[in-house]
Amino acid sequence: MRLLSRRFYSRTLRTAFQALRRNIMRSTLTTLGIIIGVAAVIAMMEIGNGSARTIEKSIATMGADNLTVASGAAASGGVTFGGGSADTLTPEDAEAILAECPAVRAVAPLVRTRTQVVYGNRNWVPLFIFGSTPDYLDVRRWSVAQGDPFTDQDVRNAAKVCLLGQTIVRELFQGLSPVGEEIRVKNVSFKVVGVLSAKGSNMMGMDQDDIILMPWTTIKRRISRSALRETNQSQAAAGDTAQRVNSLNDLYPGQGSLYPLPSANQLANNPLPVRFINIDQILVAAQSAEKVPQAIRQIAELLRQRHRIGPDELDDFNIRDMTEITRAMTATTHLMTRLLLCVALISLVVGGVGIMNIMLVSVTERTREIGLRMAVGARARDILRRFLVEAVVLCLLGGAIGILTGRGSSMLLRNVMKWPTELSVGAIVAAVAVSVTVGVIFGYYPAWKASRLDPIDALRYE
Amino acid sequence: MQDVWKTYRIGELDLPVLRGVSLRVERGEMVALMGASGSGKTTLMNILGCLDRPSSGRYWLEGQEITRLAADERAFLRNRKIGFVFQNFNLLPRTSALENVRMPTLYGPERIPDREAEERARALLERVGLGDRMDHEPSQLSGGQQQRVAIARALVNRPSLLLADEPTGNLDSHTSEEILRMFQQLNEEEGITIVLVTHDAGVASHARRTIRIRDGLVEDDSNPGEPGRTPAGPPSMTRSAPAEARP
Repeated sequence: MRLLSRRFYSRTLRTAFQALRRNIMRSTLTTLGIIIGVAAVIAMMEIGNGSARTIEKSIATMGADNLTVASGAAASGGVTFGGGSADTLTPEDAEAILAECPAVRAVAPLVRTRTQVVYGNRNWVPLFIFGSTPDYLDVRRWSVAQGDPFTDQDVRNAAKVCLLGQTIVRELFQGLSPVGEEIRVKNVSFKVVGVLSAKGSNMMGMDQDDIILMPWTTIKRRISRSALRETNQSQAAAGDTAQRVNSLNDLYPGQGSLYPLPSANQLANNPLPVRFINIDQILVAAQSAEKVPQAIRQIAELLRQRHRIGPDELDDFNIRDMTEITRAMTATTHLMTRLLLCVALISLVVGGVGIMNIMLVSVTERTREIGLRMAVGARARDILRRFLVEAVVLCLLGGAIGILTGRGSSMLLRNVMKWPTELSVGAIVAAVAVSVTVGVIFGYYPAWKASRLDPIDALRYE
Repeated sequence: MQDVWKTYRIGELDLPVLRGVSLRVERGEMVALMGASGSGKTTLMNILGCLDRPSSGRYWLEGQEITRLAADERAFLRNRKIGFVFQNFNLLPRTSALENVRMPTLYGPERIPDREAEERARALLERVGLGDRMDHEPSQLSGGQQQRVAIARALVNRPSLLLADEPTGNLDSHTSEEILRMFQQLNEEEGITIVLVTHDAGVASHARRTIRIRDGLVEDDSNPGEPGRTPAGPPSMTRSAPAEARP
């Protein structure tokens, strides 16, 4: 019962404090070990967390949080035409994804084409001619280096405006500022409203700066549907080949239509269903790289519903994430975590050894005191408890000061040296828990040793 | 104390230090235990103080046989019934005289309330003439004063037996005299049994009875208790009745 009384505890604690105060220097040194241990762990974890988050962010700009939704494969007579050949994705799908999937941060519909662009006496065939919305820049985390991006208004009006990649600027304008100039695509004039910042090549080695970006409606309505087909021969084959009007196609004879053109009568007899405006891809950015799988689930569910796909039927779309980048990111994060863990463990071990050392020294130093206490009636148990309580008190004190020191130094680093740090509650809890445990374990051994002492030997100890 | 043997084992060799010591100390006696160094007097004192157990033989303290008690029980016994005064004082450093005197009250089977412990400690320090030095640390006290603090500490749990191991060994003759007079006073006024361990005949002369130890045996007992009572029961050291009224 005595063990449970509050007075007993307060007295034990007070005795411990008295003993610790009696040797301020030794207590301070012991606590210092714990303070350094705890503070080091907390500061390291906060700095590490901040760095990891920064690294994650920069990897995310490579597109780790990006998803591509492409339409599925069209098939005709047992012949499939590859991914993206079915015309099933609509701009409304893109809007619905943004509105209804909580794990999605931004969405941009994507329409592609490939054709020649002309400025003055120079021409170039860009690797990518993308039609999208201003959100595309947000999804890809791409900034405009010069001028302004086009607007939603431009998208609604199918305005003849475009953004150029750095490579286009170099090839067509030879480094002069293109903003405000006009380029021609398929005999349609486009006003250059801005220049994209340099992005370099993607992981496939393709030059991402070799790009013209314009409102997707413009591509759809002004550069013509047929041009769209050029990007995908199989899709072109699946579509109405008759509509292909491109002088480039005439370069190679024998590429003409295999089938006779349908007559007006035939067309009237077989009316084509009303065509929805379809888009090639939907580019999606998840809230964060970790939420990518969640976003994939939500999008798949939504699109199956929107496309009225029965439970037994296969998807008519494909969702792809940036597996490669994600893998790199996970690897980096794991590496960082492991590195931090190592640092933390080493700090804790160093702190723990410090505690143990001081505790052992303290016991040796106080051998006579122990002998005396035993002579006047302290039991082994009393001695053990005394040293244990002292160890625990020291550890808790050290832990508390350590938290403050660690937090303080990480805040100082953030504010003075502008290092990215991030509060880590887990680190605080772990550091304190572990160092107190270490303190108690390492405090226990000397305490146990002290309680084993023979009072006669202890009294005679010099 | 009957036929007490104490053998230390050093390596393969058994080294008998006490070779059958029998003696009896009555309540209220003041006994000097004398002997040259190595004669076994310190070992005997450790056994008397329940710090150590004899290898063989039996020892009664106030009618209670000590030989078979466990370490914790002996600790309680030391706490309650025995006060120690050491040659080198053994005070806690960096601790006030008052705290030093209070220290034994922290242990023991039932705790003495804080206030009572403090009152006792104050009273005892007044008594040994250190009423104005209660807050001084041992390093601020002279040898004699330190030893007086140690005596006050030995008395704080109101023991019936005071064991003093060379209490004057580290003191000059004048202070020694004071300390010894204090022992005599305690013995006469409070009836506390005092056992003085010393090799100094001058110190021993303050006691009414001197026991000489030599080579682990009682060589000479100047006044061996009350002879009439020895043969009856087991020759018990100390008083036979446990709870007699103390003044």
